[in-house]
Amino acid sequence: MGYTIEKATEIADNIFEFWINAPHVTKNAQAGQFVVIRINDLGERIPLTISETDGSLVRIVFMAVGKTTTYLSTLKAGDEIRDIAGPLGHPSEMGSFGNCVVIGGGVGIACLPILARALKAAGNNVTGIIGARNESLLLLKDELATHCDELVVCTDDGSFGFHGFPADILKKKLGDGEKIDCVWIIGPGIMMKITSMATIPYKVRTYVSLNPIMVDGTGMCGSCRVTVGGETKFACVDGPEFDAHLVDWDELMARQRTYTDQERESLKLFRDHQCSCGGDHHE
Amino acid sequence: MSKRSGDERIADFKEVNEGISEQNAVLEALRCMDCVRPQCTKGCPVNIDIPAFIRAIAEEDFKGAAAIIKKDNMLPAICGRVCPQENQCEGLCVLGNKEKPVRIGALERFVADRERKAGTTLPEIMPPTGKRVAVVGSGPAGITAAAELARYGHSVTVFESLHEAGGVLTYGIPEFRLPKEIVKAEIQQILDMGVELKLNHIAGRTVSVEELLEFDAVFLGTGAGLPSFMGIEGENFNGVYSANEFLTRVNLMHANAFPEYDTPVMKGSRVAVVGGGNVAMDSARVSRRMGAEVYLIYRRREEDLPARDEEVRNAVEEGVEFLCCANPVKILGGPVVTGIECVRMEMCKPDESGRPCPVPLKGDDAVFTLDVDVVIEAIGQSPNPLLVSLIEGLERGRRGNVVVDGSGLTSVDRIYAGGDIATGAATVIEAMGTARKAAQSINEMLMKE
Repeated sequence: MGYTIEKATEIADNIFEFWINAPHVTKNAQAGQFVVIRINDLGERIPLTISETDGSLVRIVFMAVGKTTTYLSTLKAGDEIRDIAGPLGHPSEMGSFGNCVVIGGGVGIACLPILARALKAAGNNVTGIIGARNESLLLLKDELATHCDELVVCTDDGSFGFHGFPADILKKKLGDGEKIDCVWIIGPGIMMKITSMATIPYKVRTYVSLNPIMVDGTGMCGSCRVTVGGETKFACVDGPEFDAHLVDWDELMARQRTYTDQERESLKLFRDHQCSCGGDHHE
Repeated sequence: MSKRSGDERIADFKEVNEGISEQNAVLEALRCMDCVRPQCTKGCPVNIDIPAFIRAIAEEDFKGAAAIIKKDNMLPAICGRVCPQENQCEGLCVLGNKEKPVRIGALERFVADRERKAGTTLPEIMPPTGKRVAVVGSGPAGITAAAELARYGHSVTVFESLHEAGGVLTYGIPEFRLPKEIVKAEIQQILDMGVELKLNHIAGRTVSVEELLEFDAVFLGTGAGLPSFMGIEGENFNGVYSANEFLTRVNLMHANAFPEYDTPVMKGSRVAVVGGGNVAMDSARVSRRMGAEVYLIYRRREEDLPARDEEVRNAVEEGVEFLCCANPVKILGGPVVTGIECVRMEMCKPDESGRPCPVPLKGDDAVFTLDVDVVIEAIGQSPNPLLVSLIEGLERGRRGNVVVDGSGLTSVDRIYAGGDIATGAATVIEAMGTARKAAQSINEMLMKE
C-alpha cells in the first residue's frame, strides 16, 4: 500500500522531478499549495510544493540535499512511497492584478509553472525571472516560457543568460519605471529576503512562499511558526505564502538550521550504508 | 496495579503499569457490592454497565465482561489506561467512603487486554441502512462516532490527515502510558466492523466541504490540535517546542530512535517543561527517558496541578523536578535556547474559575533563571480551525470551538460535532461521551427520513 512514482527524472544537476500517482491530492490542488510526503515507515514527513498536476499525477521537484531527499532521489519509476498528504496550505492569491512577475531561485523555480499558468488564466500579463548558480542547475525554463509573456534567465556565474541575480533584473525593471502590480518570489530564504527588498521602495505587493521545518502540516504542531508583521503565524495553515515585506527573515533562516547536525549525521549514515550495500534500497 | 520502578522506567519507553493478574482481577471484582443504585455508572461519560461487567469478571466470564463493556465503549484497553477513573467511576464508588473503591479502571484494562490476546469478537451490527456518514478525524471522538454509526448499519468513512489513525492517542500520549500496539488493535476492530479509513486526507483541502456535504451526515471530530504559546520573548528560538510538536516527533515519528528513524528532535541535556497538566507530565517524562534533567515549571501551587495525581507521582518517581509558583517571562539565548527566566508567583484569592489566581512577586529576588537547552510549552491547545473555518454558517464559540446543541448538532444542518472541537481540550473519555451522543443523534436523524 503506497503511492506509485510514475516518472522519475533528473532534470538538472542533482535536482529531480517526480510524478506521483495521487488522485486524492490532484483533485483539489491549486497553485501555491504543498504536499507532505513520507518515504517509508522509518521516514520523516517533509513538505514539498506542488509543482504541477496532470490528471491523477502530482509533480514534485526536489534537490537531493539531506537523507530524505537523497534517498528519494534513488527511487525509480514504478517504486512507491508510503504516504503523500495534501493539498495543504492556502492556494496562491488569485485575481486579475495586471502585470505580474514570478521569480524563482534554484529549486524554487519548480513552483512557478503552475503559478504562472494560473495567473495567465486569470487574465494577467506574466513575466518570469529565474536564477540559478549556473546553467546545470536551471530547470523547467522551456516549460515556464510557455506560460509567461516574457522570461528572463539569470545565472550567478554567467554560464547562461544574464550574468547576475533575479533581484538585479527586478530592480532594473522597477527603476526603468516598468509598471509591476504584483510579485511572487520563491527560492532559498536568503534569495527571497534580498529579492523582496527591491520592491519595498515601490510598495509593490510581494508574496513569498515560505519553507520552514514542518511536521504534520495541519496546524497541530507549531513547528513551522514564522514571525510575520510581528505576529507568530504557522506557515502550514496561515501560509505558505506571506507578504514578503513583513517576514522576519533572520528568524526563519535560523529556525531552518535547527537540525543541521542531525541532518548531517543522518545523511552520512545513509551514504555509508549505500556504499556498503551497493546503493540498493534502504528499507 | 504493579508498576516498574522509576529508575527502570526511564531507561526505556515500555509501559509503566503492568496490569493485574487474572486472580487479582477476580478478587477485586468480588469486592464490588453490586449496589442497588450503582453510583459508578453515573461517573462514566459513556455509561458503561459497570456492575454487570464486574459481575461477569467475578464469575470468571471474561469474554462476557468484554462484550458488556463493548456495548458502550469500543476502546476499553485505551480507556482502562488513560481515563481519570479516580474522578469518574471510581470516584463515585461507595466503597471509597470507607476503604478503597473498586479498581474499575484496572478491571476494564484487564478484560480488554485478555480479550485482545484471546481473540476479539465484534459487536452485533444492524442491517445496512444505505446511509453514508463522513467522520472527520480518527481520534477518540471520531473513532467512537464511527463505531457507533457502523453498529447502526450506516456506511462510515473516516478522514484522517496523518499517516496513522488515532489522533492524540497516537501522536500525543506516549508509549509508556499507552502502547501504540493497543491503539492499533482497538482501531482495527472498528475497521473490521466495516468502517472505511482514508489516511492522508485533510478534510477541507483533500476533501472539500462540498464533498463532505455529499454524505448524508457529517461528524466533526477534529480535536484541539492548535498549540498555544505563552507569547514571551525568545519563543521562536531553536529548542522551543510546543508539547504537540515534541510529542509528535517522539510518539508518532519515533525521533527518540533517531537516526534509525529519520525524524530528528533536539535532545536537551536540561529541559524546562512549562505547564501542569497531563500533557506537561507526558512531555517531562519523555524528556527524562531521552536522558535530560527536567524541570517542570508551573505557575500555581503543587496542589493545584491539573494533571492526574498518578501522573504527577509517576513524574516525581522518574526524577522530574517540580518548580511550582513560578512563571516563565523570557527565553534566553538566540538563535539557540540557553536558558529560561522565571518569576516566582504567590497565590491570591480564587478567580472566577474558583482556582486561586497566581500573581508575580515583586523585587529582584523574585526573578531566577535556569540554564536549559530545550523548552517545551504545554500550556494548552485550542480547537484546530483548518476545517471549521471553511464551513459557511458554522457557529463558533469565543474560543474557536464549534457550538453544538444537546444532541451534538452544529448550526449547520446534518453537521454534528463532538470531542475537543466542540468542548475545548478535555479527556479522552469525555470526547468519547460527546461523540457517542452525536452519533446517536445522527442515527435518529437518518432513520427518521
